[in-house]
Amino acid sequence: MFDAISPQLLFGQLLIGLINGSFYAMLSMGLAIIFGLMNVVNFAHGAQYMLGAFTAWLLLNYLGVPYWGALVLAPVIVAAVGMAMERAVLRPLQHLDHLYGLLATYAVALIVEGLIRQRYGATGMPYPSPINGGVNLGFMFLPWYRFYVVIFSIVICLGTWLLIEHTRLGAYLRAANEKPDIVESFGVNVPRMITLTYGFGVGLAALSGVLAAPIYQVSPSMGTSLMITVFAVVVIGGIGSISGAIMTGYVLGLVEALTKVFYPAGAGMVVFVVMIIVLLMKPNGMFSSPERL
Amino acid sequence: MRDEVTTAGILSVNDLHAWYAESKALHGISFEVREGELLTLIGRNGAGKTTTLRSIMGIVRKRTGSVRFRNEELIDKRIYQIARKGLAYCPEERAIFSSLSVKENLTLPPVLQKGGMADDELLKAFPNLQRRASSQGTKLSGGEQQMLAIARILRTGSRFLLLDEPSEGLAPVVVKEIAELIRKLKRQGFTIILVEQNLRFARSVADRHVIVENGRVVDILTSDALSQDMARVQSYLGV
Amino acid sequence: MAVRLLLGLALLAAALVAPYFVYSVTLMVILSFVVFACSFNLLLGYTGLLCFGHAMFFGGAAYITGYMLKSMSMPLELALLGGTLSAALLGFFVGLVAVRKSGIQFAMITFAIAQFIYFILLQAPFTGGEDGMQSIPRPALLGFIDVSSSTTYYYVVLAITVAAVLAFYRIVHSPFGEILRAIRDNDARVESLGFKPERFKLLALTLSAGMAGLAGGMKATIFQFATLTDVSFPISSEVILMTLLGGLGTLAGPMVGAGFIIVLNEHLAQFGEWALIAQGAILLLVIMFLRRGIIGEINALIRNRRVKKADRG
Repeated sequence: MFDAISPQLLFGQLLIGLINGSFYAMLSMGLAIIFGLMNVVNFAHGAQYMLGAFTAWLLLNYLGVPYWGALVLAPVIVAAVGMAMERAVLRPLQHLDHLYGLLATYAVALIVEGLIRQRYGATGMPYPSPINGGVNLGFMFLPWYRFYVVIFSIVICLGTWLLIEHTRLGAYLRAANEKPDIVESFGVNVPRMITLTYGFGVGLAALSGVLAAPIYQVSPSMGTSLMITVFAVVVIGGIGSISGAIMTGYVLGLVEALTKVFYPAGAGMVVFVVMIIVLLMKPNGMFSSPERL
Repeated sequence: MRDEVTTAGILSVNDLHAWYAESKALHGISFEVREGELLTLIGRNGAGKTTTLRSIMGIVRKRTGSVRFRNEELIDKRIYQIARKGLAYCPEERAIFSSLSVKENLTLPPVLQKGGMADDELLKAFPNLQRRASSQGTKLSGGEQQMLAIARILRTGSRFLLLDEPSEGLAPVVVKEIAELIRKLKRQGFTIILVEQNLRFARSVADRHVIVENGRVVDILTSDALSQDMARVQSYLGV
Repeated sequence: MAVRLLLGLALLAAALVAPYFVYSVTLMVILSFVVFACSFNLLLGYTGLLCFGHAMFFGGAAYITGYMLKSMSMPLELALLGGTLSAALLGFFVGLVAVRKSGIQFAMITFAIAQFIYFILLQAPFTGGEDGMQSIPRPALLGFIDVSSSTTYYYVVLAITVAAVLAFYRIVHSPFGEILRAIRDNDARVESLGFKPERFKLLALTLSAGMAGLAGGMKATIFQFATLTDVSFPISSEVILMTLLGGLGTLAGPMVGAGFIIVLNEHLAQFGEWALIAQGAILLLVIMFLRRGIIGEINALIRNRRVKKADRG
C-alpha cells in the first residue's frame, strides 16, 4: 500500500487537507462563538459563507472592486445583513426553546439559497485568483494563493482565540456565555452584544467565503456540502469550545486528506465514522466541558 | 409598633406582581426604601424575597405594577437600563464566572457612575482577593466568592445595592466579616436592600424589616419593633 | 369527543371517494407523507426530540422495500414489513448513540448520521447510485389481489395509512404516551419519579423510525422507484415543515401539514426554486407567528371559546 504513493501525491493531498481544514476551523469556530452566547446552532452559516463569496463576485463584476477590497467589504456587508436577521428573527425567539432558533436560521438559509439559485442558476461561476503562480519545493508544487489562505486562516483563528481568551472584550463574551442576565445587571447592553457577536460569527463565515472563491467555484450550493462536514466537525469537537473547534477542524482536514491518499473510497465518509466513534466514547465531544450543554 | 412611611423613599415599590413562566410568584408587593437606609426582606424559602429583588432589577421579565427609583419608572425597562440608573445586584448564587479569573471577575462591571471604586482601590480593600487575582474565579472558597460578588458591584459606582442572602452557607466567622463589610458600606452612605433568612444577621445591620410571605408583604417593622415581637416574626420564618 | 369522531368519519368518507376527483398518485403521496409526518410528530410533538435526519428512515426503507421486491421477489406485504422493520432497527441503533443527548445535540447528531447514511447509500451498488432503483415491481397483494392500477392500490395505501394513524393514536393515548409527554415537558422530573427517560426515548425513536420506514416503503411501491432524494436532507426538512405547519403534538396536524405542502409543491414545481423558497418562507412564518400550527391554533380557539362560555354560563 505504501510503495505506490509519490511524495507529490501525498503532499499535494496534505495541502488540500490543510486548506479544507482551514475552512472547517474557521466555520466551526464561528458556529461555536454564536452557539456559546446564544445557544442557537446557526444553520444559516453555510448560506452566509456562500453570500460572502457571492458578494465578492458581485463586487468584482458589477462595481469592479478587486479581491482585496472584497475581503474587507463582503464580510461587513454580509455581517450587517446577518445582524438585521438577528434583530428581526432571532431576538424575538430568544426565550423559547432553542430549537426554534435553530429552525429559524435553517428557514432563512433555505430562502437565501433558493433566491440566489433562482437568480444565478445552480452552476458555479469562476472567480479569479488574486495571487498567481507558486513555488516548486521539489516534493510538491505550492501555489501562492493556497499558501496564503492557510496562513491567513491560522492568523484569523489565533487572533480570534486571543481576543476571546485574553482581552476585556473577550471576558464580557465569556461571562455572558455563562450568565447573560447577571452581566446585563452590571449595566452591560447584552442584547446589543448578542447582535454584534452574531454579526462577528456571520462575518467570519463570509470572510471564509471570500477566501474560498478563487479556490472553489462560486455557486449557490457551495455552503451546503461544506456545512455538512462542518457540523460533523462541531459534533466531534464539542460545540462549546472555540479552541476545540479550531483544532478539530485542522486535524479532520488532514485526516480526510490522508484517507484520500491511502483509502480513497472512504474519504467522503471518514469524518462521519470518526464522529460516530467519538460519540460512542466521549459523548459530549472531545473538548466540551460538561456544564456547557 | 407599625412603621409609618412619612418621608418619600428613593425607591418606591407599588403593587408589584411577577410571574415565572406561567406561575405567579408575587401578588402585590409594596414598600419604600429611604436614602441611606438598610432594609431587609425576610421570610421563609419561596416567600418571594429573591423574586422581588430580581423583579426590581428587571431580571424577572413578566412583571406589573410600579417600581419608581428617584422618580423614574423602572417597571418597563430592560435590565441594563435599570442598572445604569444606579442599582446594583448581588445574586444569591453569587454568579462568579468560571471562565474568568478572579481579577477579570472583579473588574468586569463597567463604571456607570462617578465615584465607583478604582481597580487598585478595590484590590487594596479586599487583600485576600488580590492575593488570588489570577486564580480561576470559581476556585475561591465560599466566603471569598461572596466577597468577590459584593466587591465587583462596587466598581460600578452605583449607590443602591440589592444583596441576596450574602451570609448563606458561610461559616460564622466569615458571616461576621460580611456583616462588617455591609455595615461599612452603610456608613459610607450606600442604600441597601438585603434579603436574609438569618434573623440575627439581619437585625445586626438593618434599620427596617419587610416581612414577605407567599408573595405578599405582611408587615414592615423597625429593628426595635422586631425585637419586641420576635415570636410572631419567627413564625413567619417557619422557625 | 363526538365532534371529533364525526369529523374523522367525514374525512374517511371523503377519502373513500377522493380518487374520483383528485389524481390517485397525488393522493397516495399525501397519504405516505401523512404517515411520515405522524412518525415525526411522535418524536418531536410528543417526546420533544428533534430528529434532523428523519429521511434516513424514510428513504432507507424505500430502498430496502424496493430491493426486497425487485431482487428478492418477496411478496408485497412482506416487503413493506421488511422496510418497516429495517427502519426500526436503524432507529434503534441511532437511538443507542444519540438518545442520551440534549435537544440541540440530538438534532445535530441525527443530522450528521443521516448524511452518513446518505453517503453509504450513494456508494452501495444495490441502490443504483444517482440513477436510483427503478422498475420496482408491485406484485399482487396477499398473492391474489391485483394492485397494478393506481386507483386500486390507493385503497390499499389508504387502509395502511388508517391503520398507522390509529396505531399512532393508541400509542399517544396510552400510559407510554403520557410518559413521553412528561419527558417532553420535564425530563428531570420524569427521572426523579423513577423512570429512565432514555429507555422511553429509545423506544419512541424505534417506533417513530419504523413508522417512517412504513411510509418510505409505501412510497417506493407507489412510484415503483426509489431515489437518493428520498434519503436527502430536503425530505427531512420537508417533514419538519409539515409537522410544524400542521401542529406539533396534535393528531390531525400531520395530515393537514402533509396535504398542504404536497399540494403546494405540485403547484410550484413548475417555478423552479420557488417551491423551496416558499417552504423556507412558510417555515419561518410558522416559527415566528404560528408555532402551534394550524390545528394547534384551531384547538386553542375552541378552548378559548369554551372557557368564555363557561365564564358566562
